[in-house]
Amino acid sequence: MSWAIRTEGLGKSFTLHLQGGVRIPVLEGVDLSVAAGECVALAGPSGAGKSTLMRLLYGNYGAAAGRILIRHHGAEVDLAAADARLVREVRRETLGYVSQFLRVIPRVPTLDIVAEPLMARGVAREAARPRAAELLAQLNLPARLHGLPPATFSGGEQQRVNLARGFAPGYPVLLLDEPTASLDAGNRAVVVGLIRAAKAAGSAIIGIFHDTEVRDQVADRLFEVLPMPVAA
Amino acid sequence: MSALLEASGLALRFGAVPALDGVALEIFPGEVVAIVGESGSGKTTLLRVLSGMMRPEAGEVRYRDPEGGLHVVHEMGEAELRRLHRTDWGFVHQNPRDGLRMRVSAGGNIGERLMAVGARHYGNIRAEAAEWLRRVEIDPARIDDMPALFSGGMQQRLQIARTLVTRPRLVFMDEPTGGLDVSVQAKLLDMIRALVADLGLAVVIVTHDIAAARLLAHRLLVMRRGQVVEQGLTDRVLDDPQHEYTQLLVASVLAA
Amino acid sequence: MTALGYNFGYLDENTKRMIRRALLKAVAVPGHQVPFGAREMPLPYGWGTGGIAVTASVIGAGDRLKVIDQGADDTTNAVSIRHFFAKVTGVGTTERTGEATIIQTRHRIPETRLREGQILVYQVPMPEPLFRLEPRVAETKRMHALADYGLMHVKLYEDIARHGHVAISYNYPVLVGGRYLMSPSPIPAFDNPKMDRMPALQLFGAGREKRIYAVPPYTSVTSLDFEDHPFQPVRADAPCALCGSRESYLDEVVVDDKGGRMFVCSDTDYCATRQTQREAAE
Repeated sequence: MSWAIRTEGLGKSFTLHLQGGVRIPVLEGVDLSVAAGECVALAGPSGAGKSTLMRLLYGNYGAAAGRILIRHHGAEVDLAAADARLVREVRRETLGYVSQFLRVIPRVPTLDIVAEPLMARGVAREAARPRAAELLAQLNLPARLHGLPPATFSGGEQQRVNLARGFAPGYPVLLLDEPTASLDAGNRAVVVGLIRAAKAAGSAIIGIFHDTEVRDQVADRLFEVLPMPVAA
Repeated sequence: MSALLEASGLALRFGAVPALDGVALEIFPGEVVAIVGESGSGKTTLLRVLSGMMRPEAGEVRYRDPEGGLHVVHEMGEAELRRLHRTDWGFVHQNPRDGLRMRVSAGGNIGERLMAVGARHYGNIRAEAAEWLRRVEIDPARIDDMPALFSGGMQQRLQIARTLVTRPRLVFMDEPTGGLDVSVQAKLLDMIRALVADLGLAVVIVTHDIAAARLLAHRLLVMRRGQVVEQGLTDRVLDDPQHEYTQLLVASVLAA
Repeated sequence: MTALGYNFGYLDENTKRMIRRALLKAVAVPGHQVPFGAREMPLPYGWGTGGIAVTASVIGAGDRLKVIDQGADDTTNAVSIRHFFAKVTGVGTTERTGEATIIQTRHRIPETRLREGQILVYQVPMPEPLFRLEPRVAETKRMHALADYGLMHVKLYEDIARHGHVAISYNYPVLVGGRYLMSPSPIPAFDNPKMDRMPALQLFGAGREKRIYAVPPYTSVTSLDFEDHPFQPVRADAPCALCGSRESYLDEVVVDDKGGRMFVCSDTDYCATRQTQREAAE
């Protein structure tokens, strides 16, 4: 099966100008390829750079070396070299990301937060909102909360809002960073179901799963992220 | 898609101080671009040059009209530039007193741009003004009140309504939340965010508030001493800053 | 017979020539304010010095002059200006609108329709129609240059919002030739329609502000308004107590200290002519 997202020699280091210009290498020579309908779990010890890789794939961090190729509207796009407008377009149409923490937008109700990425892709408000409500209900977020901004929600509730927002549009490529970290068993099962459904629909999924039980239920294979050797 | 506004090679000095030094940028339809940097970095000067209010010593600013025609902003006649500023462009000042007529009612303030472009039906103008008051969350019953009776946050929202009533495609904003209380800022930012998304506006916003930039802007330009030292996707510039100055700027903000 | 020692029309020939040049420019750009070098006059600003300077520059030996103040030929201001010109030009004067070739006026347009060949000279206290709305003179000039008159409509909008109608009964702003916003001087809004496509030449002189402007014959003069609040000239709802006219502009005259009042024509010539005709008919 052909790849949906692929990296070639991807590397990342940080230069901390405020600490005398010290350079911290984090990733080097990462070659990862994920096919449509496949779920790959990133593995490796804590601090190995799994979250950094996720952020690179989303374009949140800039790559220091290598390429990040993604199939976007049938064409190959190198996200590592794409300009800001193209990255935005890829994020709107092709690439979704569920971070560990919801970035709350003041005063915007939960339902609109979830419906927003759908509307950004051209779905009418009248269609986007029921779809958002449906997903929120599936994730056991009671309807009485849908009209409220999630600022005051618990960690688990916020994560479910975040998940609903990430799964709503059905992105061809979806990045999941610890999607079940603060969820109870019932909701973990719901997330497993969502991931399986997304795979069945042809999404390529890359995830960091702390929870090995969830990981084993959804991941087709593991991709080892190795810590960089400490410079002598 | 073509850029609404393109600038290249902009340079301007105030005496020995470089206010703009080789600045280039493009603004596309529907794109929100924030210009951040400390006081004196040249960000307000850049806004004034881009909007034609100030002339650069070198470089060019080009504006594309809705029919696709390209105009060099600083070669446009004053009449043409004024017409542009009350139709396809808007400018939101930091101090609402600079953007409002304080001795004209809220409705008259909103109606002015409509009347300036030829609206001559009182009832329609008034209905449009009431609708815009509602959109910026001011009670339409206050349509005949003078802006002086409004709080700072309301005045700023009134200025925004007055600017957006002619449906501009490009809006310049100079520290729109600058003089306001923190609680009021949040509400205003959220309102701007929603209006910009609803209307598909392109916005060039100058701010020193990193959190505001993160909330509103798709793209960020970091200025220092008249130069753009770093630019790109907002979240990448803020989460993975490359330039020393950007790192300092981000490090000095709590959890932006 | 001209008074001894004065040039014809009081002003020297160079000054008159300078003012005529300003007048020509004003006629060429209808409604546009042209600056001119106002001279000292033998009466203070506010008494019609601008109008007098214009009249002095256009008057010739064959002219007949009529002067009115608020429509009346017999008020102090009108009488003294008429005597002044009789003295310094020796031209004939008249109170009859139809007989005059030049009519200098303060705050009215005669009821009798003016004809080609006549000149109506207005005394103007403040030529800038935007001055109450925009205090910066340079900005008002820019607004005229760019025909940027939205602000004037804002004023009308504010009036309707506050009073339900445009609360301007005098000096109601007009647009001349579809281009320049102009102050018609403090004539009643009732007179505004008379300015539109008037066969006579209309000249405006503001002495203190040193501005001249003009409306050539048959030029369109429209009063600003809204589609749903059209311009409406207002007139007291009564016939003239002296001549019975229901068309003319009326002055309200208090006749005793018990609240008694009557309405009479503001245009004394028009009223007197009608009274004479009525007596003749009886």
